[in-house]
Amino acid sequence: MIKLVNIRKAFKGQKVLNGLNLNIGNKELVAIVGQSGSGKSVLLKHLIGIIKPDKGRILIEGIDMTAAKGRDLDEIRGRFGVVFQEGALFDSLTVYENIGFPLREKTKLHKDEIRERVWHALEDVGLKEMGNKYPAEISGGMKRRVALARALITEPAIVLFDEPTTGLDPIISSSIHRLIMNTHKKYGFTGVIISHEIPEIFDVADKVAMLYNGTIIEFGTPEEFRNSVNSYVRQFITGSLEGPIEII
Amino acid sequence: MTIMDMAVCIRGIGAWFLSLLKELGHMFIFLLNAVYMIFRPPFKFNMLMKQIRFLGSKSMVVILLTGSFTGMVLSLQIYYTLRKVGSEAMLGPAVALSIIRELGPVLSALMVTGRAGSALTAEIGIMRITEQIDALTSMALNPIRYLISPNIVAALIAFPLLTAIFDLIGIYGGYLVGVKLLGLSSGTYFSQMESFVNMEDIRVGLYKSLSFGVIVSWVCCYKGYFTGYGAEGVSKSTTSAVVLSSVLILIWDYFLGSILI
Repeated sequence: MIKLVNIRKAFKGQKVLNGLNLNIGNKELVAIVGQSGSGKSVLLKHLIGIIKPDKGRILIEGIDMTAAKGRDLDEIRGRFGVVFQEGALFDSLTVYENIGFPLREKTKLHKDEIRERVWHALEDVGLKEMGNKYPAEISGGMKRRVALARALITEPAIVLFDEPTTGLDPIISSSIHRLIMNTHKKYGFTGVIISHEIPEIFDVADKVAMLYNGTIIEFGTPEEFRNSVNSYVRQFITGSLEGPIEII
Repeated sequence: MTIMDMAVCIRGIGAWFLSLLKELGHMFIFLLNAVYMIFRPPFKFNMLMKQIRFLGSKSMVVILLTGSFTGMVLSLQIYYTLRKVGSEAMLGPAVALSIIRELGPVLSALMVTGRAGSALTAEIGIMRITEQIDALTSMALNPIRYLISPNIVAALIAFPLLTAIFDLIGIYGGYLVGVKLLGLSSGTYFSQMESFVNMEDIRVGLYKSLSFGVIVSWVCCYKGYFTGYGAEGVSKSTTSAVVLSSVLILIWDYFLGSILI
């Protein structure tokens, strides 16, 4: 479904991704973990074509995204839904308008149909009463849920989550994780979650990949990850200050 | 100064010039892209209306205030000068020509830059740092078409209209001071104006306001679109957008004025 081949990216000479390889299977929910500043969000932006790699290829369902331009690139992007770190909701639009925005702009659906789908999406994320509120009037957790509803409204084949629970309390974080699992089960999308929520993310993802020094140093099921003998992975899981990981 | 010092100095100037050239090229490509997107459907009519309201009708109060006081002070100063040479009758055309050809377009552009241009940069800048622009891109929607092109068209419509209002209110302000306060006859004020002000003068003002509209919307959108990180980045972009727009307005006014005179 998603294949990253030898991705290299540097900013002003500083290497962020250094020959990264990763294969994500169809309908898998993969968590990418790693230290803050390790390049997880940069990797996610490569997946939607906001950042182009210096070298390497990104294949989405076999199509090389790095070579795509214009309408071809838009066509690939149309398969994605993205939940950004703070939600990235449009301030000037209500919750209802935010969720309906991709449908209004990208499809020719009648407004009654859009209304029905938006209310349905609001119900999915448990925010039926919040449709008329503006993003500034709702909490951080609600914003993430609205962002999830907006990402799912077009029923995309791939959904990317950029640290969807950062800055939220543990209870709200758990509710967002449960929502991701439920929607994944319901819609059957391929998901990539950027996170550093250890160990909570093990209950959510089918597979976990750890990014360190610009490459994936461990990739496997949560169980395999937990039992990894890789000293970097062990230090990251335990959160120990002692070990091979260089503290940034 | 040794040869080595001179070489370092020349290299520094060269590097500065190259980076300036690169920035100008980047800005120009951004403008071309935005202009190209104006003609590509789907047209964002609602967004255009919203931006005309934002740039145009919400700037009305500041335009009415500056227009009236500019006309009044101009009338006062010109009357004082004309009286010395016994040509008070020329007050009407002097006020009208100064305002229509020069002060109307320039001052209204500067006022809109301060009121709306800065807000435009801050709004687009905040959209950038809160990933709202990335969200548009991820939805396969072109952010330039959504955010920039409607602002350029809105400025092309709003700036000439605001300038026309500035001109009118400025001339009326001049009338209030010249006729009602200083005692010049109303007939003299307007009849002389009719004889000296022609369509060419109005056209000059129109061309200037159109070009200022492009400058302000272009610079302010560009600075917001490529803002730096965090609140400090947006604050720097906003300041630099207002300063650069204002300087470009005055420089361009001189060059356009010398061509159109």
